[in-house]
Amino acid sequence: MPGSKLLTLPHDKDSEADLWIKAATVLAVLAVIALCAMIVVAALPALFSQTHTPFEWVWQPYHGHFGILPMCASSLLLALSALIIAFPWALGIVIWHLTEEEPALSWARKAFGLFIRLLTTVPTVVLSFAAVFLLTPLLRTAFGGTGMCLLGATLMVSLLILPTMVLVMESGLAQPLERLCPQGLALGLSRYQLLCHCLLPQSRTTLLQAAVLGFGRACGDTLLPLMLAGNAPRLPLHLTDSTRTLSAHMALVTANEVGGAAYNSLFAAGLFLLGTTLCVTLALRRLARAKSSGSTV
Amino acid sequence: MKRLLPWLIRLAPLLLVAVCAILLVFLLQQGLGSLSPTLLFGNVPPLQAILGKAPVWEGLWPACAGTFCLVLLTQALALLPGLGCGIYLAEYASPKKAATISLAMDILAGTPSIVMGLFGFTLIVCLRQSFLPNANTSLLLSAACLSLLVLPVIVSSCCEALRALPRDLRITALALGLKKRTVVTRILLPQASQGLAAGLILALARSAEDTAVIMLTGAVANAGLPAGLWDKFEALPFAIYYTAGEYQNAQDLTRGFGAALLLLLLSILLVLIAHVLERRYLRQRQGTHAAGCSR
Repeated sequence: MPGSKLLTLPHDKDSEADLWIKAATVLAVLAVIALCAMIVVAALPALFSQTHTPFEWVWQPYHGHFGILPMCASSLLLALSALIIAFPWALGIVIWHLTEEEPALSWARKAFGLFIRLLTTVPTVVLSFAAVFLLTPLLRTAFGGTGMCLLGATLMVSLLILPTMVLVMESGLAQPLERLCPQGLALGLSRYQLLCHCLLPQSRTTLLQAAVLGFGRACGDTLLPLMLAGNAPRLPLHLTDSTRTLSAHMALVTANEVGGAAYNSLFAAGLFLLGTTLCVTLALRRLARAKSSGSTV
Repeated sequence: MKRLLPWLIRLAPLLLVAVCAILLVFLLQQGLGSLSPTLLFGNVPPLQAILGKAPVWEGLWPACAGTFCLVLLTQALALLPGLGCGIYLAEYASPKKAATISLAMDILAGTPSIVMGLFGFTLIVCLRQSFLPNANTSLLLSAACLSLLVLPVIVSSCCEALRALPRDLRITALALGLKKRTVVTRILLPQASQGLAAGLILALARSAEDTAVIMLTGAVANAGLPAGLWDKFEALPFAIYYTAGEYQNAQDLTRGFGAALLLLLLSILLVLIAHVLERRYLRQRQGTHAAGCSR
């Protein structure tokens, strides 16, 4: 902020922060460092364990196999498949929301903004609860089995990440579109044409931001996969297979104490999850920087 | 094709609204009938239940009380660090320090809640192995982990609220000879109070709904009313999760739907209040929405 910088005199005792403000800042930053450090340190014994390595494809705690690779794979698979559904859907919604020109529908446009805001805050546990008793029976009659499968979790996770993605896309596209509008509309183009043919091809960063954020959210969510995906610890080969994500695995292992080596794999799982979301965060910051330093369209 | 296109695009939002409407109608249809004092207190007289004189076995009251305590404790723990950090970020930090702080907050905001829960769980495991062998997962631990979860929300909304204040305010106050810390705590903070309140309410909603953290740090299904900081507790989101897997009869299930509806209404209400406050605040400040407080 150039404004506040201007008003700060260098080395002035009066312009220093109160002690509690400094302490609070240090505390907050230290907490983040402690969180990361603790997870890493706790995971080290598991990573270098010779007898119970977490890097295998079998999870059979009573036979000494503590592999978490199937859970890693299914976490990534779930996040990617949810993204495949949610991304085009979110894009469609944003295109509609920014280009609806029918005056009769302007109330719908306004209401929809609030609706999306509210959707971001629906508790995941409520979403899962509704889906367990509504979607799972449907899947059961459609595909047989228990109805607890990757497909159900994927559908609900895509619904979960959709509003966030819509908000990110809109915040990146709305202003540039308004800037293009006076000239564009004067040329006889519609808002839809401006958005889809002029703006979207140049907005790769915004779209990528939305996708990466959605991916991170989808990886980290616990309740939906835990309640909907069936929790069988194996690699899902089909959309109707039961599967277990890393987050669900962590919840299950802490709930049913199995023993030392199982705990170790828990920390390894936590580390993998933390690493994934850390990469997502860093990628998002990079994208945001690229955007602010890049073209202004 | 040209005629059809607007209608094709309208399908996307329509589909979303339809899906949400189906889910909501389903919840309402199953849960609305159960919304009564019986849902909360079972067949215990409400007054006795609230005063803790009679235990409630067949109601959500212990879970509601647990969530209430948890949320208040979380807010108490997160309030000062959150506000302090937000103030520092907005008013004092040099660009380099601001980059560090916002990086830390971004990392925290991106961390899945189950990892926060794992952090708390690890903490307890360490404490038990070292100098507190009796330590166990508890209300205080859950609140501490949840306060980590809501910290970025409070920090970024505090920072945004301060940055939305007009520059003239600062210049005038400084020109009058006030010290910077007086300007911040006596003038800027009161002026930004509505924006701060919006952020705090948002944090409230966030801590009320999170399930993954408390699952790993001390929520249980049958604890009764929260007994103390060091005891296990019941919470509304955990009760919902537990009901989905372990319900015994139709009555349990109806109570689960009631709980889900209750939690949904609570979080929607909180977020609506926060939204209205934030909109009003930003409109008063002529919508000067400053960038730089990343969330």
